[in-house]
Amino acid sequence: MCTTCGCGQTDSILISKPPKVQTENLIIDNHHTHNHDHNHEHHHHDQQHGHAHDHHHHEKTVLEIEQDILNTNNLLAERNRGYFEAKNIFALNLVSSPGSGKTSLLERTLKDLSGEINFSVIEGDQQTFNDANRIQAIQIPVVQINTGQACHLDSDMVNKAVKELNPQENSILFIENVGNLVCPALFDLGENKRVVIISTTEGDDKPIKYPDMFLHSNICIINKIDLLPYVQFDVEKAKEYALRVNHHLEFFELSVTSGEGMDKWYEWLKKQIKK
Amino acid sequence: MHELSIVMGIIDIARKEIEKANLRKAETIEMDIGTLSGIEFEALDFAWNMAVTGTVLENAERKINIIQAKAKCVSCGHIFNTKSVFDQCPKCNDFFTEIIAGKELKVKAITAI
Repeated sequence: MCTTCGCGQTDSILISKPPKVQTENLIIDNHHTHNHDHNHEHHHHDQQHGHAHDHHHHEKTVLEIEQDILNTNNLLAERNRGYFEAKNIFALNLVSSPGSGKTSLLERTLKDLSGEINFSVIEGDQQTFNDANRIQAIQIPVVQINTGQACHLDSDMVNKAVKELNPQENSILFIENVGNLVCPALFDLGENKRVVIISTTEGDDKPIKYPDMFLHSNICIINKIDLLPYVQFDVEKAKEYALRVNHHLEFFELSVTSGEGMDKWYEWLKKQIKK
Repeated sequence: MHELSIVMGIIDIARKEIEKANLRKAETIEMDIGTLSGIEFEALDFAWNMAVTGTVLENAERKINIIQAKAKCVSCGHIFNTKSVFDQCPKCNDFFTEIIAGKELKVKAITAI
């Protein structure tokens, strides 16, 4: 059983550069730890310490733990964050539903700014190298994480992907999360800022339908504004809903296709790397 | 369905703590889970039953303290129980609020043998 989504698959998570430059695949198996026979492990543990005799552990012992369940993820996320800080890498975690234009936004941003800023990209998808291939086509260093059946990236996957990617100092790292507006919300990857993207072809009430993602984001990009004349999407209403959930959100309204509003986004990116 | 990742995290914490104490298995596990922690309790139940099989938590009794979410109005300071992260302040109707409780996701204690 896959331990992340509960399906019957046992696919491992695959982290690799796109096929053309593929070196070595890293397999992360930590999501399948339930398959281990814990009793067996414990038995070994006893033997190693010469305690194979009766333990007298029949009495109940209360273990006070007080530990955050996401502690392991959060600690590793902080390690990632420390690495980014030391190398002056500004890391952005891009989250959205599938189809809101994350990869297109990346492509255009990379094409327009790669002369001024050094970039690298981690792509997260359940399957395929498609997104990594699109990034590689514009000569930007990229690593693809295929999560198999998993519905989100976690800090361990990003930690391993960063080692594979080895991003240069004074650069911007984009981490494109799995297209999913629910699950990635809980998992800190060590990013500096989280960017949630919605597009005008979605409902303008997305922020209150999926509040967790908006609550945990810093930036909200409203994409596809060139389509506003043809869709029933009220930008002001969407922003108002998003601010109800998280009044710290900063907005960018833009169209990747027409280029409208991209300049403000670029200005903001340039400011971050100078800090 | 990230609840399964959460259950795997709980199993991991329990296994480490029980091994550290040189014990065998858990009889009870107590957790704090906030109503705004992002956990769907039904999904947690479903994931739990599948995931704990063969682990230190198999057959362990679960005690979940459900922590009622509370928000504080930034405008008027009123503290109130909230159902979502964007409930209006019932006193001044402002949406300008901060969640002060209800995001808990914590293993508190384990009774082990």
